[in-house]
Amino acid sequence: MDFTRRETLVIGGATAVAVTLPMPAMASAVDEKINEFTGGADVAEGGVELDAPEIAENGNTVPIEVSAEGASAIMVLAAGNPTPGVATFNFGPLAGAQRAKTRIRLAGTQDVVAVAKMADGSFAKTQKTVKVTIGGCGG
Amino acid sequence: MISRRDFLQVSMAASALIGASGFGNWSKLAAQQALTQDDLLDFDTFGNVSLIHVTDIHAQLKPIYFREPEINIGVGPNKGEVPHITGADFRKMYGIEDGSPSHYALTYNDFSALAREYGRVGGLDRVATVVKAIRAARPDALLLDGGDTWHGSYTCYHTEGQDMVNVMNALKPDAMTFHWEFTLGQDRVRELVEGLPYDALGQNIFDAMWDEPAAEFKPYEFYERGGVKIAVIGQAFPYMPIANPGWMFPDYSFGIRDENMQQMVDEVRSQGAELVVCLSHNGFDVDKKMAGVVKGIDVILSGHTHDALPEPVLVGDTIIIASGSNGKFVSRVDLDVRDGQMMGFRHKLIPIFSDVIEPDADMTALIDEQRAPYQAELDEVIGTTDELLYRRGNFNGTWDDLICNALLSERDAEIAMSPGVRWGPSLIPGDEITRDDIWNVTSMTYGEAYRTEMTGEFIKVILEDVADNIFNPDPYYQQGGDMVRIGGMGYSIDISKPQGERISDMTLLSTGEPIDPARNYVVAGWASVNEGTEGPQIWDVVESHIRKQGTVTLEPNTSVKVSGV
Repeated sequence: MDFTRRETLVIGGATAVAVTLPMPAMASAVDEKINEFTGGADVAEGGVELDAPEIAENGNTVPIEVSAEGASAIMVLAAGNPTPGVATFNFGPLAGAQRAKTRIRLAGTQDVVAVAKMADGSFAKTQKTVKVTIGGCGG
Repeated sequence: MISRRDFLQVSMAASALIGASGFGNWSKLAAQQALTQDDLLDFDTFGNVSLIHVTDIHAQLKPIYFREPEINIGVGPNKGEVPHITGADFRKMYGIEDGSPSHYALTYNDFSALAREYGRVGGLDRVATVVKAIRAARPDALLLDGGDTWHGSYTCYHTEGQDMVNVMNALKPDAMTFHWEFTLGQDRVRELVEGLPYDALGQNIFDAMWDEPAAEFKPYEFYERGGVKIAVIGQAFPYMPIANPGWMFPDYSFGIRDENMQQMVDEVRSQGAELVVCLSHNGFDVDKKMAGVVKGIDVILSGHTHDALPEPVLVGDTIIIASGSNGKFVSRVDLDVRDGQMMGFRHKLIPIFSDVIEPDADMTALIDEQRAPYQAELDEVIGTTDELLYRRGNFNGTWDDLICNALLSERDAEIAMSPGVRWGPSLIPGDEITRDDIWNVTSMTYGEAYRTEMTGEFIKVILEDVADNIFNPDPYYQQGGDMVRIGGMGYSIDISKPQGERISDMTLLSTGEPIDPARNYVVAGWASVNEGTEGPQIWDVVESHIRKQGTVTLEPNTSVKVSGV
């Protein structure tokens, strides 16, 4: 068979990305993390800014930015990762802005979730779907 | 007796559509009543600003045939909306008479017969004549190039884009944005951009390491024309490192970045811009969505998805212009800008009928000069075709059927894959196939034809992934290509389903057996985005196949069953 080791590796790499599709079973792990963060309090939709690409250029390093004015903490979850927890950013009273930017690794197409603890003790949440794709057929 | 040329001149002018002006009373009816008997290049100059838009030329210096798609399905909010209307429905919508020049230029039906009647389209020497005519009426018209210019031909490949840069420089554009240009590699792109006598724009071209605007590309530029301060904001193709090999331009990051686009619009407005133009390579559906999200853009000159529309599409107060591909059309947009506001517009999509429009002699000479060193290779006849060879269509085209056949036989594979790109001119039955023609549909900097094994399960994952890049109901998740073309295998697709559930009934055509998810299949394909892909170049594979065929004939392709439309 006309089949080099290099070609095997190339295809193998693509497979690793492709077969890790979002798993609904992870939803409970995400709920658990949110409950842990909020102590079971109600969470309002919106009120947190989450900037993430629609389609990741590289699933291994996806730039995201979160902000929520007046927040004391913002938790970021990758809902489809084997371990959904990404980071919790805490903002002290002297913080000039409640804003954080980082890069995260996504196992496949999934929702990125941001939950903010506001100054008055209430919670707000927002999410965005980030696609991780094989690509290669754009016109 | 009336000559063929005279006949064309009159009948085309009658059917060339001129968009009406003025918000509020703009309607299709008004546009149709505005049909004139003036000749093709005549345009009742309007307002105080003219924009000239060319896009997705794909290095087509010479006149070509280009068949528009039959299958171009819209999903979500774009179901049944332009540009997802084709053929007779398209002609009915725009009041285009059957058999007219506009029928030939804008729809696919009876293509071979009409091509014989009306001849080839495009050719940058004809485009030069049109641009000169517009500049004669409006000397300070802005000429804007939407990108995909430095890619797509034998000479462009061998000169690494220099032929196109030389010819476009002679056309004197004011600005351009980018897509396939980056597949020349980032060093070559930087070298060419550095020497450009016009602006290289892209508000969404970022430095990959720092996630900040890239230094080599300005987000926007101001132009003072007709007493109006115009801002042109560039928008490069958002999904470059995903749809094309990111390893060829690792220093850059893209994305739609509509929040940054809004910031740029606000910034240019605060600096006194009276007219905001977005020169975009987003693709039409993405531009439509962006026009609803970003406030304050007056005109979007849309590229990437190769749509040609005889009227602008209005989203709020934004007009979106789609100017086709491969040098087949030039759009002229005249605007009345007063008191810092766009008060009205007049638009014309000008089809470049190469037998009607006199070539510009200087430009012909310049084009021939670019091709001269390669003339013998370009002109070599490899075979002839009994078929109409075209590419556009969501699921297949005869050029890709031929390419898949070449991959199956030349690479001894069970299944072939050809990328769903939208560039590449057509040939009509009886045409000779030259090396020039083969390169026009295959030329790229990553054309290696790989041969490998894939499990049935992985082939399905690929089809599902690509299908979602076309049929995801949210345009921001679409990449603007077509479905990967498959040889040797049939399948069914329900486009209304979510990713993972669209593809079924995968069948190996050689045996008629269902594809086994666990079995390995020998797959040949080309245009892999993975670094280090090995194999002969696709144009050599196709050339060898056509030589053996002599005369190309194809079986009708019925291997894809589509539902959920």
